[in-house]
Amino acid sequence: MACFTVPAAEAVVTTIAGKIIKSKEKKEGLSGAVNTKPESEGSEKIRWATKIGWLNKMLWGGSALLAFEHVWHGEVVPFFPFLTAVKDGEAAEMLHEMATAGVCMALLVTAAWGMMVGVVSMFEKKSKKENKTATLAGGLA
Amino acid sequence: MTLLTTVFAAIICTAIWYKKEEARTLKVGTLCLMYWGASLMWLIDAIFEYAELGAESFVPAPLDMLNDFYLGLSVVALGLIIWLVILFVRDPKGVVKAALFKKNK
Repeated sequence: MACFTVPAAEAVVTTIAGKIIKSKEKKEGLSGAVNTKPESEGSEKIRWATKIGWLNKMLWGGSALLAFEHVWHGEVVPFFPFLTAVKDGEAAEMLHEMATAGVCMALLVTAAWGMMVGVVSMFEKKSKKENKTATLAGGLA
Repeated sequence: MTLLTTVFAAIICTAIWYKKEEARTLKVGTLCLMYWGASLMWLIDAIFEYAELGAESFVPAPLDMLNDFYLGLSVVALGLIIWLVILFVRDPKGVVKAALFKKNK
């Protein structure tokens, strides 16, 4: 009915958060507080703005494709009130679906992103450790 | 069927992204994330449908299946169109810019 609106609302929030984080990281980069070497260098950490960008793409993309599905099924219409459930007096049912399926969708996508970030952090730590060991070995040699 | 179609599209895109450097330059990663996001959302839809209908949800009527497959293909096409727009706007290889510049000359 309108379950896609919950991940879309989350996408709005994460997009704003991403913009704030990006400007913050840019400022910190200019002041020399963080390493500003390009991401391609092995030991460099992926910026949080980039990581949030992955979540944004999943949420916006998923919501857009689901919105298309709702249009296909006639649940979303291009005129006011846009949702046929509201027009047909099924608003309570629609809100229930948003609170159950919609919230679960947003949570699952966020959990998948969390796992992605976790795996990436693991790789970053591993690469940092390997670089440290390599430097140490080089020093000893 | 829509879920299956989108999952297959996501898997194919991810394999292409992993295999080809060129694909990573052309922002295929964005397309992958879009398809994975939609697949996860449809997975929740499928779970809720299963909770409501039980095993019956696995045996849709042939006409429903055909309609869902048609919808799945349309969704994949829409995803590709969104990716193309992003690609043209970002223009990582400068092709669009070069073409426009050439026209203006």
